[in-house]
Amino acid sequence: MQEASAQQAHQHAPPEGFLRKYVFSLDHKVIGKQYYALALVSVFVGMALSWLMRFHLIWPNSKIFGLELLSKVGAPGGVMTPEYYLSLMTMHGTLMVFFVLTNAPFAAFGNYFLPIQIGAEDMAFPRFNMMSFWTTLAAFLVLMTAFVIPDGPPISGWTAYAPLSAVGTDAGPGLGWGQNLWGISIAIFCIGSLLGSLNFIATTLDLRAKGMTLMRMPICTWAWFITSCISLLAFAVLLPACLLLILDRTAGTSFFIPAGLVVSDRLQPHAGGSPLLWQHLFWFFGHPEVYIAILPAMGIVSHVLINSIRRPLLSAKVVIYSMMSIGFLSYMVWGHHMFVSGMNPFSSLMFSFPTLTITIPATVMTLIWLGSLYGSKIRITAASLFALGFISMFVSGGVSGFFLAQPSLDIVLHATYFVVGHFHMVMGVAAIFGVFAGTYFWFPKMTGRMMNESLGKLHFWLTFVGTYCIFMPFHYLGLIGNVRRYSAFVDDFLLPLMPLHKFITIAAFITGAAQFLFLYNLIHSRFWGKPAPVNPWEATSLEWTIPSPPPWDNFGGKHPVVYHDPYQYGVKGSLGDYVMQDSPEPEVPGS
Amino acid sequence: MGKLFAVILTIIALVSAVPIVMHTWWMPQDISTHGHAIDEQMSETMAEAGFSFLAAQLLLAFFVWKFSNRKDDGKIRTFPGGAKALVAAAFILVGTEMLALGVLGQKAWASVYFTAPAANALQVQAQAGQFAFYFRYPGADGKFGALHPDKIDEGNQNYFGLDPENEVEARDDIVTGELAIPVNREVNLMMHAKDVGHSFYVRELRIQQDFVPGLDLAVHFTATKVGRYEIVCTQLCGLGHYNMKAYLSVMSQEDFDKWMKQKASEQ
Repeated sequence: MQEASAQQAHQHAPPEGFLRKYVFSLDHKVIGKQYYALALVSVFVGMALSWLMRFHLIWPNSKIFGLELLSKVGAPGGVMTPEYYLSLMTMHGTLMVFFVLTNAPFAAFGNYFLPIQIGAEDMAFPRFNMMSFWTTLAAFLVLMTAFVIPDGPPISGWTAYAPLSAVGTDAGPGLGWGQNLWGISIAIFCIGSLLGSLNFIATTLDLRAKGMTLMRMPICTWAWFITSCISLLAFAVLLPACLLLILDRTAGTSFFIPAGLVVSDRLQPHAGGSPLLWQHLFWFFGHPEVYIAILPAMGIVSHVLINSIRRPLLSAKVVIYSMMSIGFLSYMVWGHHMFVSGMNPFSSLMFSFPTLTITIPATVMTLIWLGSLYGSKIRITAASLFALGFISMFVSGGVSGFFLAQPSLDIVLHATYFVVGHFHMVMGVAAIFGVFAGTYFWFPKMTGRMMNESLGKLHFWLTFVGTYCIFMPFHYLGLIGNVRRYSAFVDDFLLPLMPLHKFITIAAFITGAAQFLFLYNLIHSRFWGKPAPVNPWEATSLEWTIPSPPPWDNFGGKHPVVYHDPYQYGVKGSLGDYVMQDSPEPEVPGS
Repeated sequence: MGKLFAVILTIIALVSAVPIVMHTWWMPQDISTHGHAIDEQMSETMAEAGFSFLAAQLLLAFFVWKFSNRKDDGKIRTFPGGAKALVAAAFILVGTEMLALGVLGQKAWASVYFTAPAANALQVQAQAGQFAFYFRYPGADGKFGALHPDKIDEGNQNYFGLDPENEVEARDDIVTGELAIPVNREVNLMMHAKDVGHSFYVRELRIQQDFVPGLDLAVHFTATKVGRYEIVCTQLCGLGHYNMKAYLSVMSQEDFDKWMKQKASEQ
């Protein structure tokens, strides 16, 4: 009864007027699409930045057409300066980690599908939800402003290590207002994420339909729920860290700046701070952030994979418990980013063991996915290809974690391209593959139109082979000791590596270009795609019981009742080899 | 289409492994006494990671090959042993593997960080600042002069902020832009950051350690091979980061003594 009354309390009138419908919408579906659009803009900006960086690494003295228009100071005559390289690198990392990897798999798809998958009409707090998107958009705009101010974006990287990020323009260009805008943007982003996470948690716990027990929630709903718990704790630490950084920069405090620093021949008027404090606070957020990006992708991929292989996973419970343990462990491992940072060497060992332990739930999940493929009936679609590609990428990016979890090997590999290869594969490419799988799978539901499958598959092949060509060689470079965050390679031992770098740059251009196929498919299908039926993939969960696209109140005023766990595949149902979650027909075991 | 996925994935997996097996791109030769343990740990980890990588990728390729667009009876079958067998396998195999790596790796780590430098180790101070390294030797008295940040004056080559007028210890300190050390003798490198964070990385020496402003750290090592090696900065320190480097010269004891005498006369 409590559930029913909670639902009634959230019934509201259909939105009227353009602004309420499409701009300041309270509808979780519109907000989900808004997050998706923001992530899409960010990912293309981020990708363009990576193109500029890769170009500069290979041809450091060549003109880049049009770059001077973006920044006269950063690219006089169109040739990128070393500091502008670092500015673009900082913006690339910040955009990708915050505005793409946090927004797309979690905020965009989570907002759209979490309420529908649990049978709710909207989020628990629709106004909070609207606020969380608009705060995030404000954070994005503040960050983008850094491109147009004379000083340019900060050069301290997305990790903004103090004191480089804290002492101001003495330490280099971009460290004045550029760095301030960065700090303000991330602080605002934290607020948006906190609001969003709170909403996800309340919605999951309070608004489930009748019969929707926790264990009957789809795996992706579980992933979003676990992610919001992680996100609530992680962003709550990054927010004060950013505020302290801003205070150090603007109010003369010394949280992260010790005494006696001489920067650009000026003795800094600070004393008593600790650079390691910033690193601890940042990575206490930063490591869980990796799982904020990857857990929703794991959930989406599981959801898509089960549908494509026409059978439930060997154990959904095991996958859910694995995600929980990954979430829990993610708070005990942040120090592995700091093995050679001057932290007490004994604590390195204490951070190393939990890091190695994360391998176990990650392996469990991988084996469950692989084992579930056995004896299944795989349907190859663009969505399922990206789901399978995710497993491959997750394994490739995961095994390099074996190395980086060990302090002794970190002595050699720390701050090299090995690390860059590792996190690009496991949290960048793998998470993006999750987003692609989700997009090809849910697009018909979100827009009422089908995407072009052939184009989708072509997009997959180019992206799959392309990302391997880019990021696998990063590991080889790292083994030789190729240092990251260099705007040019001038060391004797780096010069012979240029051919490999050229190969990577060319692969990056081709793979990036392939993303325009996706963009074209997205836009073209949105307007001219084939109309989508209610359930094009013969799927079982609640989002496939309602029209495509869903009405503003999702279930048309009805309250769905759930009879089964979400993955009744490989059974003899009245519709075929599956039974819908809200279908009262009894389960007949498959033959 | 499933078969194409299997073929492409198999090719990717095998081609990726070739440069690793062939050591086409690999760590440079080790020139330290502790590096051997790290190299062994690297090979051990590479074997385990390589096996896991190939096994998982090839299994994925094989299953997709076999179970997409099936032509047989099409019945859904379950993996022998089900989830329990796989969970047990993950815990036992990967658990032991990780425990082994963790415990073994600890030894290599301990050899660098859990031992005190020998009493007769050569004491050298390294200072990192935007965008250069400087090194300081205590001179004939064996004592370093104190650092005074307010006295730093790059124009007059007072990189460390010494005060030789008032302090006797500072008068014979030898300051250089190159790190020269004798072969087979332990060196205790005391690390001081002048402005922002930097790092000291010599690949051949298997040493990487951050310079942390406000926190004076030390690392110790013994080089076993005469030669000239690059010291590079690996902690993002500003616009000249890519170009911040110095050289490490490992010399015979006689050459080192000569070098030291010459530098002392130049101060």
